[in-house]
Amino acid sequence: MTPTLRYTTPAVVLHWLVALLIFVGFPLGVYMHELPLSPVKLQLYSYHKWIGITVLLLAGMRVAWRLSHRPPPLPDSIAGWQRQASAAVHGLLYLLILAIPLSGWLMSSAKGFQTVWFGVLPLPDLVGKSRELGDALATLHQILNFTLLGLVILHVAAALKHHFIERQPFLQRMGWSKQERT
Amino acid sequence: MKPVLKHLMLLASLAASSAHAAEYRTVLPKQSAISFETRQMGVPVAGGFKRFTTQMVFDPARPEAASARIEIDLASIDAGSVEADEESAGKLWFNRSVYPKAVFTSSQIRALGGNRYEMRGTLTLKGKSRELIMPVSYVPGKTAATFNGAFTLKRLDFGIGEGMWADVATVANEVQVKFRIAASGK
Repeated sequence: MTPTLRYTTPAVVLHWLVALLIFVGFPLGVYMHELPLSPVKLQLYSYHKWIGITVLLLAGMRVAWRLSHRPPPLPDSIAGWQRQASAAVHGLLYLLILAIPLSGWLMSSAKGFQTVWFGVLPLPDLVGKSRELGDALATLHQILNFTLLGLVILHVAAALKHHFIERQPFLQRMGWSKQERT
Repeated sequence: MKPVLKHLMLLASLAASSAHAAEYRTVLPKQSAISFETRQMGVPVAGGFKRFTTQMVFDPARPEAASARIEIDLASIDAGSVEADEESAGKLWFNRSVYPKAVFTSSQIRALGGNRYEMRGTLTLKGKSRELIMPVSYVPGKTAATFNGAFTLKRLDFGIGEGMWADVATVANEVQVKFRIAASGK
């Protein structure tokens, strides 16, 4: 039996959902925090938080998937250092998609604004209101996000390089088509 | 005869008033607080006012003669964040340069039984006066009594949050206000 070269369908769905939410949530976060106070700003902050908590939930599912599954093996042609780099970047990506929403949630609590998911489900405030803690968490949230940005660029660049330059069916690993099982 | 009678009546009334448990007049600002809760996008946000002055008279034996007047310095607001504190001063909110204070004056206090009372009065905020009715509970203490009250204020009744802020889906119209006034008796 040849090993499957594709992630399982739940893993693929979760990957792209998280990717989509990050591609919306990240620029939204960058844009909204510079806005002067207005109802639109309050709305955007809420949407950003709802997106973030959704990412946290999906990220938890992804980590559960990863702990119970092996990703499809990399082609033999991939060099050892690239395998190590891939493992490190993927580990960090998993860590960040958990840590970023979590830092946002804690920041929100520290700034005195509870997170209410979709305006319906109030999440507990895990820390009390504190100006210093709020500012520290805001800085942390920002650092983690720009680290994520760097890693995502690396992640996408590596996938595209293997796919288009080295002509290996890399994008199919996270693709919808099951025909790539060869 | 007449002057003597007057004296006797005066004495009698003095005796009667000193026989009362207490008459609360001296407000203890450090033990008093006014807080509120707004809702923004369904999220409760706590706030309050740090500076306010209260004049009050309350005698549990004669609640109908009680009165209260509270004057709030709107510049002492904590609206949940520095950004919101600054925003609240503007024309769309309190328009604080024109209306720096909120004033509540009681008009009638009625005993509801137990230590519960109903206070009616007028709140003047941003140039608009509205009648309010609120329950107040009286908690006697050793050195001071506490008066706790709560009511729901509709911010748009007073034009608080006009223009772009008038949309109640973003900032709810209802604001839950709570107060605790501590006063020592004599």
